[in-house]
Amino acid sequence: MTDIEHFKHDVVVIGAGGAGLRAAIESREQGKNTAVISKSLLGKAHTVMAEGGIAASMGNVNSKDNWQVHFCDTMRGGKFLSHYRMAELHAKEAPARVWELESWGALFDRTAEGKISQRNFGGHEYPRLAHVGDRTGLELIRTLQQKIVGLQQEDKKISDDYESRLRVFAECTITDILLAGEGENRRVAGAFGYRRDSGKFVLFEAPTVIIATGGIGRSFKVSSNSWEYTGDGHALALRSGGTLVNMEFIQFHPTGMVWPPSVKGLLVTESVRGDGGVLTNSEDRRFMFDYIPDVFKDQYAKTEEEADGWYTDPENNKRPPELLPRDEVSRSIMAEVKAGRGSPHGGVFLDVSKRLSAETIKEKLPSMWHQFKELADVDITEESMEVGPTCHYVMGGVEVDSDSAAAVGVPGLFCAGEAAGGLHGSNRLGGNSLSDLLVFGRRAGMGAVEYLNEMDEAGAIRPSVRQQDVNAAVEAALAPFNQVEGENPYTVQQDLQDVMADLVGIIRTGDEMRSALDRLAEMRVRVANVAVMGGREYNPGWHLALDLHHQMLVSECVAKSALAREESRGGHTRNDFQGMDPNWRMVNLICRLSKDQVDIAKQDLPWMSEELISLFAVSELSKYMTEVELNQLRVPEGAV
Amino acid sequence: MGLKRNFRVWRGNSEGEGALKDYEVDVLEGEVVLDVIFRIQATQATDLAVRWNCKAGKCGSCSVEINGKPTLMCMTRMNTFEENETITVTPLRTFPVTRDLVTDVSFNYAKAREVPAFTPPVGLEPGDYRMSQEDVSRSQEFRKCIECFLCQDTCHVIRDHEENKTNFAGPRVLMRVAELEMHPLDTLDRTRMAQEELGLGYCNITKCCTESCPEHIQITDNALIPLKERVVDVKYDPVKWLGNKIRVRSSND
Ligand SMILES: Cc1cc2nc3c(=O)[nH]c(=O)nc-3n(C[C@H](O)[C@H](O)[C@H](O)COP(=O)(O)OP(=O)(O)OC[C@H]3O[C@@H](n4cnc5c(N)ncnc54)[C@H](O)[C@@H]3O)c2cc1C
Ligand code: SF4
Ligand code: SF4
Ligand code: FES
Repeated sequence: MTDIEHFKHDVVVIGAGGAGLRAAIESREQGKNTAVISKSLLGKAHTVMAEGGIAASMGNVNSKDNWQVHFCDTMRGGKFLSHYRMAELHAKEAPARVWELESWGALFDRTAEGKISQRNFGGHEYPRLAHVGDRTGLELIRTLQQKIVGLQQEDKKISDDYESRLRVFAECTITDILLAGEGENRRVAGAFGYRRDSGKFVLFEAPTVIIATGGIGRSFKVSSNSWEYTGDGHALALRSGGTLVNMEFIQFHPTGMVWPPSVKGLLVTESVRGDGGVLTNSEDRRFMFDYIPDVFKDQYAKTEEEADGWYTDPENNKRPPELLPRDEVSRSIMAEVKAGRGSPHGGVFLDVSKRLSAETIKEKLPSMWHQFKELADVDITEESMEVGPTCHYVMGGVEVDSDSAAAVGVPGLFCAGEAAGGLHGSNRLGGNSLSDLLVFGRRAGMGAVEYLNEMDEAGAIRPSVRQQDVNAAVEAALAPFNQVEGENPYTVQQDLQDVMADLVGIIRTGDEMRSALDRLAEMRVRVANVAVMGGREYNPGWHLALDLHHQMLVSECVAKSALAREESRGGHTRNDFQGMDPNWRMVNLICRLSKDQVDIAKQDLPWMSEELISLFAVSELSKYMTEVELNQLRVPEGAV
Repeated sequence: MGLKRNFRVWRGNSEGEGALKDYEVDVLEGEVVLDVIFRIQATQATDLAVRWNCKAGKCGSCSVEINGKPTLMCMTRMNTFEENETITVTPLRTFPVTRDLVTDVSFNYAKAREVPAFTPPVGLEPGDYRMSQEDVSRSQEFRKCIECFLCQDTCHVIRDHEENKTNFAGPRVLMRVAELEMHPLDTLDRTRMAQEELGLGYCNITKCCTESCPEHIQITDNALIPLKERVVDVKYDPVKWLGNKIRVRSSND
């Protein structure tokens, strides 16, 4: 065991995106010795790619905005399946989290009064997204990264060591969460992984672990997600006895690039539509007017004239249907393409050139201009873009306690960011992720601190890792080197992406998902037999061979949950069960691992508190709820 | 499949051993160099070490040298080369090789850590910050930086002079100093440290860093030269040194 590096920390944060960094800042500020671990270099996590903005009801552009409106928009966007308490905390705390970034050096775009500017986005009633051009995620992650540096500088002054209380382990991958105790006493004891550069193993002993590993989108063929998104945190939580909630809900962002093939799936930010971009089909028709669902009829414009008027006079006009929640727009695009009214490369047209001047486009959407110019030879100030749906975000995730971000069922384990489930229900609104990262990243940090404090106050001894678990982790990590005749990991990954995209993609049916499950069962064997060439130093083939296990497990959860939910809602659309079913709205689908198999169980959705439910008109609720629920509403005390 | 193209890719380890290896590989319409590297990885060399994340010029991970030119693999279109041109991909020259196309860029993080963090006025509460767009625009330009470290790789002060690395932090890090100096609400003065500790004096404004920047940031004109001017001001005018927290002068606008 001499080649295992050992570290001891109070808190180990897996992930250095917005959620992980914010969690680490919190636990370090509260005096806990913290490690942050990431597969990539610091500052390169997915958060850096976020473009459009961060949602917070500061009311800088429209003073009518407040947390209640933001809360309602989030619930509506999630089709009333969001965990209400998370949505409440999120809406209430988001403004403070944005202002805090400013005090750490972030420079958002400004209003004329010198406040943080806010822009329109799909599903948000008022201009709500704080932004920096179309590179908001970069500003967010850089600010957090620089705040970490600031804290390390403070520590250096005291201890002459930058890393005495907050240490970043970049290019280090966690493969196992280690537990201590049995049954009721099971709790987190540490984490095990390897350094990507040297291939050496690392062992972290820590009573608390925060999962902030982001999403799973790498399991789909057309995706805006990077190699990192193999669902590691989801799988780690499952394997440590945690649960996943509502994994069937995957967001396909309506506007990914479709041409050339090499950029297929790359994101075209929603700001393009927020700032005036319109969607048209091959007949030059603004088809979104044909797809406004009943539940949204009152909130969206019915004519082009009214929609156009909204950009300058939102008080007296309704918003254009291009800004419907993402699931609606994605489905509409799919329908147009299917009906033969698509663009030459199988998408539809998105155009800003007719409404905005070339100068404004370059100022407001600089990286989009850049991206199309350099990668597709398209000048968006003059021509329209071709776009189509791309896998973008997973709403489902680790089931957590709403206030402390503690993972259900595993003491010492916490989870925040895209890896956690609940907040976004069946569909996430744009801009609600970056705010989610900060609100619940901080809460996860606080949760871990509280757990540690309680443990220390009770005089409990810190849990220690079991040697046999470490041995098993080493063995599993080295297994791909021992396969002689196994398959190439890249081929297996591509096949997995095909299965998920073709059979559990945007539009689903029971038969296809059943055959997906058969295919996945076969793939399990293939994944176990993957072989790698080369040595342990920076070997991406080896890294992928290990990531594949996570991908496999998470894909099974998605397919099983999707097969179980017999309705269509948000990021889950079934051809064989069209439309929302109010009975299913009351159901969370929970995945857990038992004897290496994924089990699915139904669980009641928590019922909204009195104060929150009264924010909605009964006429609106009646579009989503069952008679039984609506009757309960009429008897106030009935709300439990 | 598309056309066959010839690639020469550096394969080597951290001990400095290695060689250029030839790959014949298919290239499809519209592809960038990173796509081709992926194809080599998926079909011929699964252990080929390479960094990437966004594949859209946003994360600054995929920096290498292509035919000797420091650049991002994900933003280099294949159609910018002649049809029969052999494309040579090597790791960044200024930093030690970890493996193949991956280099140890910890130098950049270590230097960045020497720059004291943003320091707002005491007592200014979050939420009460007021800054005009005009005033934040200067620093915003520098905050477009994706930390690809291509400018660091290009700068001749350290590219061919390992010995200068102790005394010179490089354009990216000096630009961070300029960014904070131009932040409308920062209260610290870092000009002396830029000169005395981060080696601003080594920069002889050749602008190679600016030319290499994929974000088209005017590193030399907008960050380094104004910073140098401030250093001069501070050195010769104690009054200005004391009241240094002024906006950049309009002559530089
Ligand atoms: C192109 C694009 C644009 C977007 N635009 C917006 C937007 O405008 N507004 C918005 O609100 N949201 C947006 N989103 C969504 C949002 O960016 C992400 O959901 C969010 O950044 C996820 O943050 P996170 O902190 O949860 O995870 P990430 O930022 O993805 O970080 C995950 C971290 O976990 C690490 N990690 C993962 N597995 C392991 C492991 N096994 N061991 C060690 N480390 C590990 C990774 O290395 C990484 O550091 C966008 C997403 C994309 C892809
Ligand atoms: S301008 Fe200065 S920092 Fe930039 S490359 Fe030249 S010497 Fe280096
Ligand atoms: S300044 Fe430009 S070249 Fe230098 S690291 Fe930043 S983005 Fe890269
Ligand atoms: S992969 Fe992100 S810049 Fe190239």
